[in-house]
Amino acid sequence: MAARCMPERPCTVLRMGQLGYAAAWELQRRLTERLKRQQGPDVLLLMEHLPVITLGRNARSEHLLTSREQLAAEGIDVEESNRGGDVTFHGPGQLVGYPVLDLGRIRKDVLWYVRTLEEAIIRTLAGCGIEAGRKQGMTGVWVEDGKVAAIGVHISRWVTSHGFALNVDPDLSCFRHIVPCGIANYRVSSLREVLGQPVDGAWLEKQLVHHLGDLLGLTMDWAAPGWLEETDLMERSQPCQSQMY
Amino acid sequence: MPVADVLMPQMGESITEGTVTRWLKKTGDKIGKDEPLFEITTDKVDAEIPSPVAGTLTKILVEEGQTVGVHEVVARIEQAEGAAAAGEPAQQSAQPAAAAAIESASTPPPAVTTPPASSPPPAATPAQPAPQEPSSSGEPAARIHSSPLVRRLASENGVDLAQVHGTGPGSRITKDDLLAYVERQKGGAQPVTPQAPAPAHSSTQAPPHSPSQATSQPPAPAQRPAPHPGPREEVVPLTAMRKRIAERMVMSRHTAAHVTTVFEVDFTNVVNLYLAERGRFEARENVRLTYTPFFIRAVIDGLKRYPALNASISGDHVIYKKEIHMGIAVALEGGLIVPVIRNADEKSFLGLARAVSELAERAKTKRLAVADMANGTFTITNPGVYGAMFATPIINPPQVGIVGVGGVKKTPVVVNDAIAIRSMVHLALSFDHRLIDGALADQFLVAVKHYLERWEEDLYS
Repeated sequence: MAARCMPERPCTVLRMGQLGYAAAWELQRRLTERLKRQQGPDVLLLMEHLPVITLGRNARSEHLLTSREQLAAEGIDVEESNRGGDVTFHGPGQLVGYPVLDLGRIRKDVLWYVRTLEEAIIRTLAGCGIEAGRKQGMTGVWVEDGKVAAIGVHISRWVTSHGFALNVDPDLSCFRHIVPCGIANYRVSSLREVLGQPVDGAWLEKQLVHHLGDLLGLTMDWAAPGWLEETDLMERSQPCQSQMY
Repeated sequence: MPVADVLMPQMGESITEGTVTRWLKKTGDKIGKDEPLFEITTDKVDAEIPSPVAGTLTKILVEEGQTVGVHEVVARIEQAEGAAAAGEPAQQSAQPAAAAAIESASTPPPAVTTPPASSPPPAATPAQPAPQEPSSSGEPAARIHSSPLVRRLASENGVDLAQVHGTGPGSRITKDDLLAYVERQKGGAQPVTPQAPAPAHSSTQAPPHSPSQATSQPPAPAQRPAPHPGPREEVVPLTAMRKRIAERMVMSRHTAAHVTTVFEVDFTNVVNLYLAERGRFEARENVRLTYTPFFIRAVIDGLKRYPALNASISGDHVIYKKEIHMGIAVALEGGLIVPVIRNADEKSFLGLARAVSELAERAKTKRLAVADMANGTFTITNPGVYGAMFATPIINPPQVGIVGVGGVKKTPVVVNDAIAIRSMVHLALSFDHRLIDGALADQFLVAVKHYLERWEEDLYS
């Protein structure tokens, strides 16, 4: 029957390379505004941040364990963020994904969306031989008692922003400055730590994009270089070739 | 001046409450329609909720940090003069949105009037984030290219074309685009689909032996004129439930490649256990014991061994469902419904028995909610009530399998080369051959059969 073999909704995948948190947020803001006006496709931004600690809407100050001055001295920025969740750290070696999607046209269910992000990561990790899972009441992806991926989402008119951060091979010691996501009793882990060897970042990205497309019912199109410039979403050219991990 | 209630929106099917994190306006502030009014949080998701109407925020009823149930009133807005008419529905919003309970599953005509329950009327929109009326999208309707056929399909399905992504030349919306959209919304959380206001298809009705879950299907085309009765004929309009059953049955037959395989199961052990334990079980647990939880348990075991049966097909993909939500067909006067036991695989035998008895009770007293029928991943039906040996059930789309339980009957069978009297039952599995081959289907059914024949589970665990 026709309804079974129809084209799925397209989603443009953009590899941003290394990008500052504020610049990434500004880009998401523009993308979400466009999507709310029904202009442009769903977009998945993939990137890596410079070291930054972000405070979500529900962040409690006591979960930031080091003073801002001290952090600045170590080259770590602190940014407020309008995503859900508490406090977290981003930095090199982390695969950060910001899906800007119109859930109104996919499925209007925020819990389903969060569980779907988790599921895509879990399936991706299964592909590297890592058995990862969920913890009741603690959004994110876990390997035993270590959290390998954090999730925080913002929704406005069913358009999503923010997303997930998967610890591929970050400097885990940076997490000592915070109580990640406000959960004190668990550790933060990384794929590198679990596997004991480096992971092929490009392969991981491809797998993750594949699973996200699969689970969200989206056809993932890798954007050609220059896509952003053509869409006037970024005035200046962003280097997209910096190698992740 | 009219006052509109602002409700806590339901941000997802299983979400029952939300926490107000921040008011973006103060009491006395003017606010425009669709302007962000407050923010809520659920789990790791924050959402910005726009105002349903234009006016003045007169009362904030829920403070920041407070958690309230969905559809509860969180604020009141006195509407601006000019906007009063446009905002009128907002006042009613509390009612329909809260009316999630289906009043009647067993009396078809009232069921027709309950579509609001399956798809909240536009009135519910105000409290939803993202009221997606085309007018607010800033995109003139004229820019949507589509054919008359697509527009007709859209109106039949209550679809706002502005929401559909066109893949044809010049972003033209093709029939496939539209059907894809309908399909996706169907898979989505029904209760929060404000743009399907009109069609009178309640998700409560279900087909015989293959009842529905809360997925919306294109409703029948506009009313056809009634045929003239012949001399010895009577013309009676189809009830909404019958129409819905008819649509879904035909849709399933057209979509799935049905094959039915039948196994004979020696049910004697379970019958003996049932007869021995029923009195004690019911006295001790205050739950009626039936054969149903035995079958559910066995089918769950089979689904765990063969997860392909707990799946659905979407386009060129298979979706394997990690959770087992078991639909149980319940016969009603004039039709059938299929309440769903959610996460049935996580329940003990006693838990299943309770769930079955509770759903049956609520079905009888007409207290089933739309959510009780939604998102089943597999279905068990019971054509053996009047003694039928077996039937070939129709799959309940988008599921890919359905087990029909035939009548339990004492039968002479050969056991160890001697004839013995055993209680036998036939299990018929209809499966979708697009996804499942006969070998797999049979292995699944063998697992179910063995589970029942070698029953060793404690009923009280």
